[in-house]
Amino acid sequence: MRFPGSTGSSKENRHALVMGIVLVILSLFLFRLLSIQILDNEYSELAQQNAIRRVDAYAPRGIIFDRNGHKIVVNRPIYDLMVVPSELPKPLDTLELASLIRISPLELSKRLIKAKNYSLFRPSLLHAQIRVEDFAPIQERLHDFSGIYAETRTVRTYLYPYAAHLLGYVGEASPELIEKSNGEYRPGDYVGVSGLEKTYENYLKGKRGVQYRYVDVRNREVGRYKNGVFDSLPIPGEDLHLGLDIELQVYAEKLMANKRGSVVAIEPSTGEILTMVSAPGYDPTLLVGNVRGHNYRKLQQDPLNPLFNRPLQAMYPPGSIVKSLQALVGQELNLIHPETRFPCGGGYAIAGHTVKCTHKHVALNLEESIQHSCNPYYCYVFKTVVDQNHGRRPREGYQIWYEYMKKFNLGRKCEVDLPNERKGIIPSPNYYDKIYGKNRWKSSTIISLAIGQGEFGITPLQMAHTMAIFANKGYYHRPHLVRSIGVTGQKKMKYREKFHIPIKPDNFRVVQDAMQKVVDAGTATAYGKIDSIIVCGKTGTAQNPQGKDHAVFVCFAPRENPRIAIAVLVENAGFGGVWAAPVASLMIEKYLKNSTKRHDLEQRLLKSRILPEGTDTIPTPTL
Amino acid sequence: MTGMREQKSVFQFIDKPLLWTYIALTLIGWIAIYAAVYNPQHQNLWDIQQNYGKQMIWILSSWLIMMILLSVHPRVYHHSGPLVYLVTMALGLTVAFLGREVNGARAWFEIGSFKLQPAEFMKLSTAMMVGYFFANQPIRMDRFSSQIMAGVWLFIPATLLLLQKDTGSALVYASFILVYYREGLSVNYLIYGLAIGLLSVLTLWLSMKTMWMVIPVLLVLYIVLAADSRKAFFNGIKLAVPAMALVSGVGYAFDHILLEHQKQRILVLLGKVDDLRGAGYNVHQSLIAIGSGGFWGKGFLQGTQTKFDFVPAQSTDFIFCTIAEEYGFWGSTVLLALFGFLLYRIFLIAERQPSAFGRVYGYSVGCIIFIHITINIGMTLGLLPVIGIPLPMISYGGSSLWSFTAMIAILLRLDTGRMLGIR
Repeated sequence: MRFPGSTGSSKENRHALVMGIVLVILSLFLFRLLSIQILDNEYSELAQQNAIRRVDAYAPRGIIFDRNGHKIVVNRPIYDLMVVPSELPKPLDTLELASLIRISPLELSKRLIKAKNYSLFRPSLLHAQIRVEDFAPIQERLHDFSGIYAETRTVRTYLYPYAAHLLGYVGEASPELIEKSNGEYRPGDYVGVSGLEKTYENYLKGKRGVQYRYVDVRNREVGRYKNGVFDSLPIPGEDLHLGLDIELQVYAEKLMANKRGSVVAIEPSTGEILTMVSAPGYDPTLLVGNVRGHNYRKLQQDPLNPLFNRPLQAMYPPGSIVKSLQALVGQELNLIHPETRFPCGGGYAIAGHTVKCTHKHVALNLEESIQHSCNPYYCYVFKTVVDQNHGRRPREGYQIWYEYMKKFNLGRKCEVDLPNERKGIIPSPNYYDKIYGKNRWKSSTIISLAIGQGEFGITPLQMAHTMAIFANKGYYHRPHLVRSIGVTGQKKMKYREKFHIPIKPDNFRVVQDAMQKVVDAGTATAYGKIDSIIVCGKTGTAQNPQGKDHAVFVCFAPRENPRIAIAVLVENAGFGGVWAAPVASLMIEKYLKNSTKRHDLEQRLLKSRILPEGTDTIPTPTL
Repeated sequence: MTGMREQKSVFQFIDKPLLWTYIALTLIGWIAIYAAVYNPQHQNLWDIQQNYGKQMIWILSSWLIMMILLSVHPRVYHHSGPLVYLVTMALGLTVAFLGREVNGARAWFEIGSFKLQPAEFMKLSTAMMVGYFFANQPIRMDRFSSQIMAGVWLFIPATLLLLQKDTGSALVYASFILVYYREGLSVNYLIYGLAIGLLSVLTLWLSMKTMWMVIPVLLVLYIVLAADSRKAFFNGIKLAVPAMALVSGVGYAFDHILLEHQKQRILVLLGKVDDLRGAGYNVHQSLIAIGSGGFWGKGFLQGTQTKFDFVPAQSTDFIFCTIAEEYGFWGSTVLLALFGFLLYRIFLIAERQPSAFGRVYGYSVGCIIFIHITINIGMTLGLLPVIGIPLPMISYGGSSLWSFTAMIAILLRLDTGRMLGIR
């Protein structure tokens, strides 16, 4: 055999060989085409028009459990009717179809036009969220309507009509999200919009699967295409296990019925949130399915603002509860000690006005000052801290105090695992420089901070968090709801981390002694004391320029090996000892002893109504 | 000769069959892209948000490029090889580090919404460089030194493309073996190439370890059975040692150099892995679409497989699918015939060039287009592994259309220069 080019072959031969190779390859392609397009009909069978239907298999979202393994949020199957306009029978009996799915013929034709405009060949949603019991009669008749088929998916079901704010809700993915997500989300997909559903969206959502099914000419599914080799199963979302105690949550919400305010309870040793109540609340089921838009608007228009997540977003001047903090800082800086006494005299006079005290106390020591919540005492303490350089350079003194507040996560976020947390307000030295001018302000200018008033705002979550730190004598974990995710049971690194506050445990003990007295023989004794459980607490009254002051009570229990730290805030309820303390006290009893003997107190709270003038008892939106 | 007169003469003497084939292919491409992305909601032919709207802009602008390149004096092409080569290689090097990454390859410059792929222009410049090299150097392709020199011009762009992780484009340079063969390279190299190809496929099919056993066994059998064992021994060793080296090299490259998805594609093609959801998905869907076309096809815009997004990359790498589904065996044959005619014309024109530059350049262009067609359609038909390179003039994409246009325009201009007696 001789090839062109072996030796001395001509140019023409080489040209011919190149063209020959081209011809061989092109002929090879032609034979291949002949074989798959004409001789072998395996492929054309596969592609037989409309024979294969691609059906998305939605992944169920992860289930949410409480700390004792009770299910809180689960899924329930529903059906979506889909339509492929090009496959609809001609003519289509729209009247019959409309009556079958129970919508008006006008609405039906609107939806069909919308589907046609989207695509003739791709499926569009015709009717969403048909309940299982309603679907049976539809399914029987479906074979009359080729081009219409059902997709199964799941919606959220809430097993308790409580905890709506922290659980959050899901809604359909927005066009912007779909655009941004690069195929991750498609029209009609659900996505967490608020609460845990939003924060843990990536874990909860799971992964969509797909199925290819043979469909016969009568629109019946006759089997799986190629026995399902192309199918992928949906991967369910990961479950969330919360630190929340759902029974305690329900109890707290009941106690807060017909009141406005917040309750936050934290397990001090772990930072796990046991309870987080925003009152008034609402039933999370209101925001499921096709009634969501209607109910959402109703909730939005409610003057009591039930959608507002108070524990994270409402800021209050902390009032007297800040005194415990002042006592700690003063001791740590060696500016006061347990036996330091300051005069009361019923008020602290500065620059022409007086910070009044509730009673006229004799000169109290540290413990007594907390026990009786003496205002002037803490004006002196604050002044001593700010003016520690003999009254010179108050900015430096204030800076030190300010840093301590930050260490307690006041004026900055706790980084809880929920969206839209607010950081609260504590003015920085720079802020005062701007308002008054550099070196133009001193302790007396900002004295209202001493008793937790003025430009001082903290959230109920921060109050409870501060109590957890007191209970732990100086260490904390960031407060969080989710203790473990999925089967692996991992906890986010962020919440495993342990932080220490640079204050000696001894100093905490002195303040704990005082806080124990508050409950045993002080401002919270009447409703706060529980037999056989040592509770440390502090009452407070948050000033409210718009109306009656807010009642505050913070506490933790038991004193040794504390298991629960609570902050309760009842708006417009006046003094903290009367309305806030009993809520906390009953919750502690419920959590630690599982029941209470103080039925009268319980009944009083369940039945009482503390709402601003002119608002009705909270209306319940209809389902 | 004034500019005007020459201009007129250029169009008078231009090779019209090639020009018309080129124009026909670009228009067929546009129709196919329109069908591939057709959506009843957007029926505006000029919607530049859609691929077909953009492609129309690419087509019109490439015709403009054609006109401009036809009006340049051929002497410019004879001499500009090194400069163009240098510039495009510099671009190729830059993009490997600063370019935008799309689908794993760092091969694009992004200027606003406009994306430029230097790889496409590197093909053109290599053709010009190789032509320049043959025209200005005393080359004898039967000499080792000339072979090395000729290889360097391919080695540089291929390396740059591997740096960009654009394996498909790097493979294009293999086609120059035919150019060099035309210029005197021994036919043995083509045979070696074929042998290497076969051995590689065998290695991947049977695994490296099997081949390590098979080759010595064959060697022993050959020596034992041969009449002159002594002679057979030396001949056998001469074949077996390089074969063993090749087998080991291929095995190593497969295990350590190829990326996971490339391995998967090869294994699927060899039928070793039946992965219809993953790597095999594209090809399987492509075959369904083509097979369902039958003899006459389903008709314009009637393709269902492509409509339902079963076939990915329909307007780019898998564009042949759309054509085969909608126009069937008949339409596919016409397209293949057009490509055959295009190549026939290009090699014919190359042969009739009086200058070494014109001839070598013409062959380079023909071979580049030929390997694109081979790899692209071969992949779509499930004969070759999935390698993403465009189908010339048909696939969606501005850079590649411009580059192929420029290749053909320059060849046409060189050819008219011949007719006008300009060297």
